[in-house]
Amino acid sequence: MSSVDSNPSSLLEVKDLHVYFPIRGGVMRRQLHTVKAVSGVSLNLAQGEVLGLVGESGCGKTTLGRALVGLAPMTSGRVFFNAKELHHKNGKSSNHAMKMQLIFQDPYSSLHPRKQVRDLVGEGLLINGLARVEELDEKVLDILEKVGLGVDHLYRYPHEFSGGQRQRISLARALILKPELIILDEPTSALDVSVQAQILNMLKGLQKEYNLTYLFISHDLSVVRYMSRRIGVMYLGNLVEIGPTRSVFENPKHPYTHSLLSALPSIKKGKRKERMILKGDPPTPIDPPPGCPFADRCSNTQEKCRIEKPVLEPLKKESSQLVACFFQNENVL
Amino acid sequence: MTAQNLTTVEVRMLRAESRKRALQDSWTLWKRNPVTIAGTLIILSLILIAMVAPWLATHDPFDQILADRLFPPSLDYWFGTDNLGRDIYSRVIHGSRLTLMIAFVVALISGPIGLVVGVLSGYLGGMVDEVLMRLSDIFLAFPKLILAIAFAAALEPGLTNAIIAISIANWPSYARLVRAETLAVRNSDYIDAVRILGAGHLRIMIYHLTPMCLSTLIVRVSLDMGTIILIAAGLGFLGLGAQPPAPEWGLMVSDGRNYLVDQWWVSTIPGIAILVVVLGFNLVGDGLRDILDPHQRQS
Repeated sequence: MSSVDSNPSSLLEVKDLHVYFPIRGGVMRRQLHTVKAVSGVSLNLAQGEVLGLVGESGCGKTTLGRALVGLAPMTSGRVFFNAKELHHKNGKSSNHAMKMQLIFQDPYSSLHPRKQVRDLVGEGLLINGLARVEELDEKVLDILEKVGLGVDHLYRYPHEFSGGQRQRISLARALILKPELIILDEPTSALDVSVQAQILNMLKGLQKEYNLTYLFISHDLSVVRYMSRRIGVMYLGNLVEIGPTRSVFENPKHPYTHSLLSALPSIKKGKRKERMILKGDPPTPIDPPPGCPFADRCSNTQEKCRIEKPVLEPLKKESSQLVACFFQNENVL
Repeated sequence: MTAQNLTTVEVRMLRAESRKRALQDSWTLWKRNPVTIAGTLIILSLILIAMVAPWLATHDPFDQILADRLFPPSLDYWFGTDNLGRDIYSRVIHGSRLTLMIAFVVALISGPIGLVVGVLSGYLGGMVDEVLMRLSDIFLAFPKLILAIAFAAALEPGLTNAIIAISIANWPSYARLVRAETLAVRNSDYIDAVRILGAGHLRIMIYHLTPMCLSTLIVRVSLDMGTIILIAAGLGFLGLGAQPPAPEWGLMVSDGRNYLVDQWWVSTIPGIAILVVVLGFNLVGDGLRDILDPHQRQS
């Protein structure tokens, strides 16, 4: 793989991950098409790092997160977590995956409506035999206080909470297992702006306090910029650009990243950037054609782009910014 | 407050408080609807009558006084007497025990079977689902009463076999209901969430799917209680359920059918008893739906 990382001691290593979903139908439930939700993503995450993952709806960023925790099938590719390879069987996470947790996007659907906070948060401890039932109250309360909830909330049901509070409960549920990696799947997109800020600050604080590693999935560029040190851009199941947040934002090399960033409103007067507006819609991930996934909408498409798929390559030698474009150095953006 | 000084007393207090809140919610929902109150009162008084039946009855329900046969309602025989000179009032009072027993035993047999089959079928899917659902389709292809009659006739006529027959006819509709509920919940985020925590299939089915299906099932079963009682009465009427001289209401209606024109009370009185109880269970079932539905709670 071309993925060269500056940090050799990576916590999570994803190598050429593919996640395909079959579309069956017709006689004998034949496989008619394949949805290539994630087609060949490679990335590394170091301990204590926050990697932001951005891309538009349907680009596979959520599926990538779900595949990592075992909720979506890995069709091919390998994932190493703590230098051990992950194997997921029939949707059930393998044991060491417990140290990898996922926070869902929608706080209203991710908590069992008939369970009290104590049971919701404490469940992980009971499942993994990390606490006896008598100790549960205290252990749960410990974690609840870390996420800004208290003893009053211990015996309440999810419907008694607001969206922000629910997301705190979800976070407590993940934190109680002392995970090393937390995959945050748009954790704030269902919340209103003032609550968003609270949750983001809390996430940042927790990350620093416990040296947590985040894979922060979002389509909100400003949120990702605030949260993460590195950023990856996905398009149609492919990682098209990855690098330090600052350099990606200031110097995007992939045409898709460039158009994405040009859509960001700027508050600086007189420094209006030229908008680069893409034409058309992203193609469907059902049986995509070979070649560069962005070829149909790129302003600089050449013959080669339609035949061969570009791989992530460092911008310059020793650069930590990787771009999947044949003409990365020619793109005058 | 910190976790360190969290005492058991405090925890117990919090727990009691949350239970109190839940009860209060139920109470508010219950008293909001006069129809539910009426239904509850009917069922509660039926249970009470069944408990103190020997003290309420004025005569021995099995005592035949042939000289007093087919007496109309009077001060001595409140609801009159039947063709063997037995006091109908006492028999109806004692019959409430049989009726309640049948209804609850059938519910306790067919409900759990339906729950287990439904959750397994919905959660595991594939071949298990296919087999279990085709099996329940076979049962559902026949009307419940016909199926119960067939089973009761195939087994030996009698109360126990009638209960078994009704249970057999009843579980498939519960299995269907629970399966549908399970399918709706199976792929939700909160089930995925416990999967990530490392929960196994059994744990997910027992602790996470079952509670979600339970309220729907309870509502459905309570609404079905009326039907169960009617089928039991029907079996009794046809001689396939409780056997004479048991004071079973359906059997009593059947006993009086030869005298329907001139001695109307023999069939009518137990018939009214059936009517009232069936109505009571239906009203309670409707009320339970409002109380147990989590969506109602959220408002």
